[in-house]
Amino acid sequence: MADRRTHRLRLWTSALVVGVVLLAVLLVPPLVQLDEQAVDLSRKLLPPSWEHPFGTDDLGRDLLLRCVYGLRISLLVGLVAALVATVVGTAVGAAAGALGGWTDRTLMRLVDAFSSVPHLLLGIFVVALFRPGVWPVIASVAVTHWLSTARIVRSEVLSLRTRPFVDAAVSGGATRWRVAVRHLLPAVLPQAGLAAVLMVPHAMWHESALSFLGLGLPSHQASLGNLVQNARSSLLAGYGWPTLFPGLLLIVPTLAIAGLAGVWRDRLNPRRRSELML
Amino acid sequence: MKRSLPWGPMARMTGRRALAAVPVLLAVTFAVFAVAEASPFDPVKAYAGTAGLTASQENLDQLRANLGVDRPLLTRWWEWLTSALTGDLGDSAVMRRPVAEVIGERLGWSVLLAVTAFLVAIALGTLLGVLAGRRRGGAIDRVVSSVAYTLEAAPAFWLGLLAIWFFALRLGALPAGGLTDTASDTVTFDQVARHLVLPALVLGVSQLPWFFLYVRQGVGDALDEDPVRGARARGLGERTVLTGHALRSGMLPMLTLIGSRVPELITGALLVETVFSWPGIAAATVQAATSVDFPLLAALTVLATAAVLLGNLLSDLLYGLADPRVGFDG
Repeated sequence: MADRRTHRLRLWTSALVVGVVLLAVLLVPPLVQLDEQAVDLSRKLLPPSWEHPFGTDDLGRDLLLRCVYGLRISLLVGLVAALVATVVGTAVGAAAGALGGWTDRTLMRLVDAFSSVPHLLLGIFVVALFRPGVWPVIASVAVTHWLSTARIVRSEVLSLRTRPFVDAAVSGGATRWRVAVRHLLPAVLPQAGLAAVLMVPHAMWHESALSFLGLGLPSHQASLGNLVQNARSSLLAGYGWPTLFPGLLLIVPTLAIAGLAGVWRDRLNPRRRSELML
Repeated sequence: MKRSLPWGPMARMTGRRALAAVPVLLAVTFAVFAVAEASPFDPVKAYAGTAGLTASQENLDQLRANLGVDRPLLTRWWEWLTSALTGDLGDSAVMRRPVAEVIGERLGWSVLLAVTAFLVAIALGTLLGVLAGRRRGGAIDRVVSSVAYTLEAAPAFWLGLLAIWFFALRLGALPAGGLTDTASDTVTFDQVARHLVLPALVLGVSQLPWFFLYVRQGVGDALDEDPVRGARARGLGERTVLTGHALRSGMLPMLTLIGSRVPELITGALLVETVFSWPGIAAATVQAATSVDFPLLAALTVLATAAVLLGNLLSDLLYGLADPRVGFDG
């Protein structure tokens, strides 16, 4: 297939970008002794240069440094929220699929009810009624993202339940719990893991949107959404770069993570073709 | 021969969905009240605003009793529900007006924006999807697909801000936000039209990738199928094959699924209306949330849920019509 080389190129580019991003957010804060909050009004709104590759913001803070810190917090929120959502979704989906009957019906109606409220709106509702901070944001992203995982895990469990190895375990006298933990759960983990990876960029997107709307992290904290929000006044004064770079730093890792997850999905699920199913 | 529409099954499906929507909407309203109850936030202080800092405890207690927030959760929910059914949605704390009035005034502008954006997305998505689907893997396909994936990853508020920077500030061609010019106190058609361009474009472009990918896939698949091969064998021109055969079967799945895009549209509208200060209900939702205006927020959440359920119904009805094998059982 002629696509093979492009495929491999995409895989390596994605891996490289994810690697650079991880290294940057892990190593820059402990190694680089610069304060991302350091204000210097004499250097405000400098355009990108060698000294400040992303330029400076309206308080003279270095934007590259702030973007790295912003990416770090956004990535952290995205990872934790995706993890929480995956655990909840897997638990609900597995319970619905394994127990069946009215438990299944009740849980799935709950999933339906939750998914009829637009995600961002539900997220806005949750953060609005609690104090702004990292945990309400994580909770609000997690509460909106476990639904698809629950659906995926449930349908996997339903199809697994009819397989011979489950029958064998049951007729061998295994308890429900043992069948669920030893036989069903390991089999659904790859799908759930894939869903979790695809969820990370989506969760980051949510954090940025909430922060941008003023409902996310405290506004002095450098997160990608806050950076865009804070840059708004500079943008209206005609300075474009403080808005441009945080957005790019959201897009590039999203595409890279989706690229990696796409390769993974092609292995799990060779018939699906869409790359970015957020 | 013209086939008459299956009105009976469609009506039954609508009825079933309407019945199913009742418990969902009830659950959503109750959840809204339960979350409000669990939150540390005090509606009395929010209502009083800065005046609350100097008000006496006695006044605050009176206000608490007037607002009815000292009563149990279930009672408040039931009262809100019964008065909502008679059309009284309570008063917005921030706008100091009845919620129903706020919604009535803003709903039309949101619908205008959403419909225009959808038309932009469908038109652009179809055009680009046909161009790319015609030769999948070709140069046009690769460029447009890459752009589509990038757009899908780009947050709508960021696109909106960049659009303001470029079109409104750099070129000075279009207004940066609002519904009319600041100096004007009447709403005229051409002012609204000019102010609509940027938000509708941004919202449309943020919905575009999905439409584009669907049409591209549909047209690409249809081009490999027998009817197209047959049409080519009969010597029909490329244009006829593309628009008459491939596009028709390629567009159908997309058109039937438009209704299921309502949640994404609402998400996009929340961001785009805020960026462009568009006076619609999505921007009002964000204002209600940032100032914890509970009556307005609750009503708008329920409204959005109803819109999503309606969109799902519409899409299932169209799908059943387009593909008789699916039927109207859901």
